[in-house]
Amino acid sequence: MTAALPVPRVRGPRAAGVGGHPWVWVAAAVLPVVFLAVFFAWPVATLVARGFIVDGRPSLAGVQDVLAAPRTWRIVGQTLGQAVAGSAVSVLLGLPGAYLLYRCRFPGRRALRALVSVPFVLPTVVVGVAFQSLLAPRGLLGFLGLQESFVAIVAALVFFNYSVVVRTVGALWARLDPRAEDAARSLGAGRLRVLATVTLPALAPAIASAAALVFLFCASAFGVVLVLGGSGYGTIETEIWYQTTQLLDLPAAAALSILQLVVVTASLMVAGATRARQERALRLSGNPVDAPLRRGDLPAAAVTAVVVAGLLLLPMGSLAWRSLVTADGIGFAHYVALGGRTGQLTVSAWQALLNSVVTAVAATAIAVVLGLLVSYVLSRRPSSPRGRRFLRGVDAVFMLPLGVSAVTVGFGFLITLNRPPLDLRSSWLLIPVAQAMVALPLVVRTLLPTLRAIDPRLHEAAASLGAAPARIVATIDLPFALRGLGLAVGFAFATSLGEFGATSFLARPDRPTLPVVIFQLIGRPGAENFGMALAASVVLAVLTALAMGLAEWIRPREVNPW
Amino acid sequence: MSIRKLVAAAATAVLLAGCAGTPAPSGTPASGTPSAPTESGTLTVITHDSFALGEKTIAAFKAETGYDVTFVAPGDAGTVVNQLILTKDAPLGDVVFGIDNTFAGRAIGAGILSPYTSPALPEGAEAFAADDTHALTPVDYGDVCVNADTRWFAAKGLAVPRTLDDLARPEYSGLLVVENPASSSPGLAFLAATVGAKGDPGYLDYWKALKANGVKVVKGWTEAYTVEFSGSSGKGDRPLVVSYASSPAYEPATEALTSTCFRQVEYAGVLAGAQNEVGARKFVDFLLSAAVQAEIPESMYMSPVDPDVELPADWKAHAARVDAPIQVPVAELGAKREQWIKEWTAGVIG
Repeated sequence: MTAALPVPRVRGPRAAGVGGHPWVWVAAAVLPVVFLAVFFAWPVATLVARGFIVDGRPSLAGVQDVLAAPRTWRIVGQTLGQAVAGSAVSVLLGLPGAYLLYRCRFPGRRALRALVSVPFVLPTVVVGVAFQSLLAPRGLLGFLGLQESFVAIVAALVFFNYSVVVRTVGALWARLDPRAEDAARSLGAGRLRVLATVTLPALAPAIASAAALVFLFCASAFGVVLVLGGSGYGTIETEIWYQTTQLLDLPAAAALSILQLVVVTASLMVAGATRARQERALRLSGNPVDAPLRRGDLPAAAVTAVVVAGLLLLPMGSLAWRSLVTADGIGFAHYVALGGRTGQLTVSAWQALLNSVVTAVAATAIAVVLGLLVSYVLSRRPSSPRGRRFLRGVDAVFMLPLGVSAVTVGFGFLITLNRPPLDLRSSWLLIPVAQAMVALPLVVRTLLPTLRAIDPRLHEAAASLGAAPARIVATIDLPFALRGLGLAVGFAFATSLGEFGATSFLARPDRPTLPVVIFQLIGRPGAENFGMALAASVVLAVLTALAMGLAEWIRPREVNPW
Repeated sequence: MSIRKLVAAAATAVLLAGCAGTPAPSGTPASGTPSAPTESGTLTVITHDSFALGEKTIAAFKAETGYDVTFVAPGDAGTVVNQLILTKDAPLGDVVFGIDNTFAGRAIGAGILSPYTSPALPEGAEAFAADDTHALTPVDYGDVCVNADTRWFAAKGLAVPRTLDDLARPEYSGLLVVENPASSSPGLAFLAATVGAKGDPGYLDYWKALKANGVKVVKGWTEAYTVEFSGSSGKGDRPLVVSYASSPAYEPATEALTSTCFRQVEYAGVLAGAQNEVGARKFVDFLLSAAVQAEIPESMYMSPVDPDVELPADWKAHAARVDAPIQVPVAELGAKREQWIKEWTAGVIG
């Protein structure tokens, strides 16, 4: 049996209610929905609504002006262009990587899987400097003449998102039953033909899903676009930042936020539809399959080696190398300096690292608890198409925070969470809350496949034996969910650790996180500050790799991470 | 089905609560009310993201006043001012530090500040005042100047340029990198320097000449100084960069061109509607205290407004002294800043 073969779907007689009466999942939904409503929908809606009020009167004029301006549509075009190119190249390069890292067995595979995840959480300001330095006329890759080019932006986007494709596609590829491919080959098809006619069609849902997710990340990329794009370049995200933080032109910002919501929602609908297919396919496939590297794997290995070495390791390596270059030669002086309060920082970088870890632990706790609840609700299988569509809609809504500007959310916080009992504007708690919102979609994508893989008959059997709904959740759903929890915790933790966009608006100078300290250090003159910023980035990268490696280690093999 | 309604109802309820809670744009009593200043046990300080003082210094302020002090740094000076304007009806905090002279006009005009004349303002520091409203108290300043990599010029046997006009001359073609004034505060300061020196609209012709002479524009100071500039860690290929008069203290083989400088002054102010006006005033006084003024150069890379403060040795040796910076009045900066950026973008970026 392969993923491509149609197999009757298992569906219980009372599919909607299996595993608990409706009230169980209503109860489960309340907390995440309130969380999202209070910390996302309300602030964003309130700020956007302000854009429709000009001089105290409702008006469409400001918004219309923006929508009528040719510049706006040029920016929308650039946003779409960079997102399409970024996701297309990520997929093209990610496919061989997925094959190699999930279908082939070789020493160091686990370390390599953790390594490719590191860029995903590196601070954009540091990555921007790394890319700029490599591409500058005198840089290592200066001969390519790519500085301030569209290609440079796409390369950086692929750098960040390569692992999304590798993981999403790889997890499905690992479970593709090899017998369909074997059959095709024994019938005389060549390797390429098998790939084109058997393997890729089976992987199509995962590929489409990965592409849509990467599209979302690329469309809302901010820092790296500002740094690498050169001065003439702008996207919806950078424009929202400029109109909101520098001009406080709320009508313009509102128009752009609405455009952004349209783009993001459309890409989420594509993602949702394809993911639905993928998750169905997963239940049909066999156990993970891999084989030792063979000669035929050479092309995939070669492409992956070039990508990992040239696109991932070169920028990361140049960061690591420059963090060791000091005034007195090569050494660890910048790392040692991180320990002191050398006059430039409010606290030492180690203290900031501790703040980061504490914040990330809090954010992870919030994201995982909410993620478990959301995944539980989304894993239900309503029998009516309407019910399924509704759940898909809920799924998309919880993904929205990934695609909506942190500026819009941050400024929205200011005019909504401003009176007791919700006067949280200067509360430390708002930082983990903001981070949890960004991590939540990743947690859901990690947990959902495991929960969806639960055979509904287990629920039915338990119910017919007289188990109460709560007991069914505790004895069936929870143990299944816990199997995916390691990876979910890893993702949530790593994401919070590197998160900067939302955090920067809420930054507390007396209690900075490590990305905030890196941002401060790199904004100051002197080789020592620059070296310390790079050293701190390396520390952040290593910590991330460790967290991801640990998650990879705990992770059960059958979980599809997205 | 009932679930859907319930979820929708919950969301609507929350949204409605939000709308109902939106403050009405009524006239809150602004500054100058004759009532006694407010005080509470907590103090919320809003700063820009370059704010840094040592833990010990801050602890001393907390111990002395007994307040529970919270610091919030939402972004650069522009972000801070705009957030404060947005939240005028329910102020974010009690006191703000980090509004500079390019945004001061806007902040004062929006009425987000309440006047305070600090008795701690050192003699000689009045010269830095934004205007005569006492809404903002000067705390520190920095001169944004073109910096040159002296080693590069020596190796080429080329004289280091001295003036803004020099930068447009053919022998310095392709050597200068500047920050985009739309995304960078030194970039904006340099734009202001050209406006101050060449007038409006004369500055646009000057920029046309710079553009013809191969000026490069990057996003921010970090990219300009650490990537493009030849005199710093990035070993870029441009020996002229817009940075600070104090930068040579950290890169001794560089020099600031003192006739290209625009003076950025950073102010503190008591927020209108503060819950703790007494504490806010104490914090302004604290920023002007000898201890903080002495710490400012090493912590925030700015010069203290107190002329009697001893500067660090590196600063004395290498930082440029700028006696006659290019001036633009705060009110004009506040009124025309956006227009200049727009015109500059149209003319230079295209």
